[in-house]
Amino acid sequence: MTSLTPSEWQAIWLTAKLAGLTTVILLILCAPLAWWLARSGSRLANPVAALVSLPLVLPPTVIGFYLLIVLGPQGAVGGTLEALGLHHLAFSFWGILIGSVIYSMPFTVQPLREAFAAIDLRLLDAAATLRAGALDRFFNLVLPLSRSGILTAVVITFAHTVGEFGVIAMLGGSLPGETRVVSIAIYDYTQALDYGAAHRLSFILLGFSFLTLLAFYSINRRVLRPLQLR
Amino acid sequence: MLEGDLTLRQGQFELRSGPFALPAQGISVLFGKSGCGKSTLLRAIAGLDQAARGSLHFKGERWQDGRWRLPASQRDIGFVFQDAALFPHLTARGNLAFAARRVPGISPSDALNKIAVCADRVGVNALLDQPVTTLSGGQRQRVAIGRALLAQPRLLCLDEPLSALDWQAKAELLALIDRLARETGLPMLFITHAPQEVERLADRVVFMVDGHIARIEPLQEALARPDSPLFAEEGPVSVLHGQLSAADADGLRHFGNVQLRLHLSLPNDANPSATRLRVLARDVSLATVQPQGLSILNQLPATIVAMHDRGRERVTVICQLADGQQLLAEITRYSCNALALYNGQCVFALVKSVALMG
Repeated sequence: MTSLTPSEWQAIWLTAKLAGLTTVILLILCAPLAWWLARSGSRLANPVAALVSLPLVLPPTVIGFYLLIVLGPQGAVGGTLEALGLHHLAFSFWGILIGSVIYSMPFTVQPLREAFAAIDLRLLDAAATLRAGALDRFFNLVLPLSRSGILTAVVITFAHTVGEFGVIAMLGGSLPGETRVVSIAIYDYTQALDYGAAHRLSFILLGFSFLTLLAFYSINRRVLRPLQLR
Repeated sequence: MLEGDLTLRQGQFELRSGPFALPAQGISVLFGKSGCGKSTLLRAIAGLDQAARGSLHFKGERWQDGRWRLPASQRDIGFVFQDAALFPHLTARGNLAFAARRVPGISPSDALNKIAVCADRVGVNALLDQPVTTLSGGQRQRVAIGRALLAQPRLLCLDEPLSALDWQAKAELLALIDRLARETGLPMLFITHAPQEVERLADRVVFMVDGHIARIEPLQEALARPDSPLFAEEGPVSVLHGQLSAADADGLRHFGNVQLRLHLSLPNDANPSATRLRVLARDVSLATVQPQGLSILNQLPATIVAMHDRGRERVTVICQLADGQQLLAEITRYSCNALALYNGQCVFALVKSVALMG
């Protein structure tokens, strides 16, 4: 891959950084949320689930548009930051990170929710009678028993963020090293009729996505499925 | 002492235990039809149900007070579930270690020792490195019992631990639970709807009906009532306590004590440490004089203490044996009248058949 230019490497690194941070943030945010959705039986569970799933059906431009308003210099969040002497978040890495977190959230919540819902509650009862408190049960029982769902969430979230375009285009524009991820770079090259460069990056994304999913399906079938047998 | 008064609403079902007090020793068996609230009560006692209300104290310690509830993880209890509830991602050893490591103040080497001793005690030594998904039902329950014991509980709850097992595994586990109760002195609450398990294990019986505790009484008292719910299936039953001797010259073994002796013909593999004998009342006949020329081995001198007409021409006669234990005989009303039986009369109880429990 010596033919990749420094700016293309920069786009790849930026994409990896964005997808990696998004995945980590979403795992931390969504673990308690998915547990609550799966187990609380609250009447609010369905409205919240619907809200979280909105990015599945909305055009990314709609999400990007609203985020641009909210995070921009006049918005509730961006304006507040400006008033505090900080910079607003439109056209910044932190802005597209927030956008990615929102946009990819359903892909983290859904596998976790299913994994949590499948856990036999008597196992948690058994652990409680063995002196395991709530956090102990979560980390030493719920997480290991949900590892297939967690792996699914990680892979799908990461891959989905790598494949993100609309939200970033609306919210981040194309600032090299800041918001110019691979998908944006491909768009720019295509607009500039540089099909050779667009080919290179497109092929890399295609290969990455396919290999990721292939590895995921192989691991999930061979290693994780037998664990789910009771 | 375990005392309290618990309520719990679960959809249509409502548990209202009523005030109860159980000695914190021996085996208390919760008995009743399925759906009567046995499991709900046991889970409330263990602190596993957030919807439980009322009061509960164990040895003076507050476990439940109104809506306030000491979490199950802080009650020092062990709980054995109907389906074992082993952690499927761990081996048998992993399951035991999960319990041993969480005992306050235990060192890692101490935990390893305790696991080895406990595995030996419940008979799962050879299975320790197997994933629990490969174990049989009986083996799983052994691991579950070992896991509960390793938590060093002060009270062990067992929720129908035998109901999913075949008769062989059932018999082995009954013997194991009985032995553990005697060796460890750990108080146990045991749920079953099988009268035979009550007769085998119980020191006292908690009878449950429609979500409340109808009665708590020692096993002997529970068996002295001819209308006892324990008798619903096979009619009245007596349980005699005693020791088993070695076989005599005729191949017979003796069961009983200084004042009571029954002659038993047993298979070679009968458990030599069995202490309970089950006698169906319909297998006991009465004679006013000691009969001669009879093949029945066991002819026990007894005194009639009560007679109950059970309807359908049957009378249950409660007899007291020489050592004070009670033996029930079921005879026809015709025989009762023909022999002119009366309370306080000395008779001979002819025991046609018995079953050694354990």
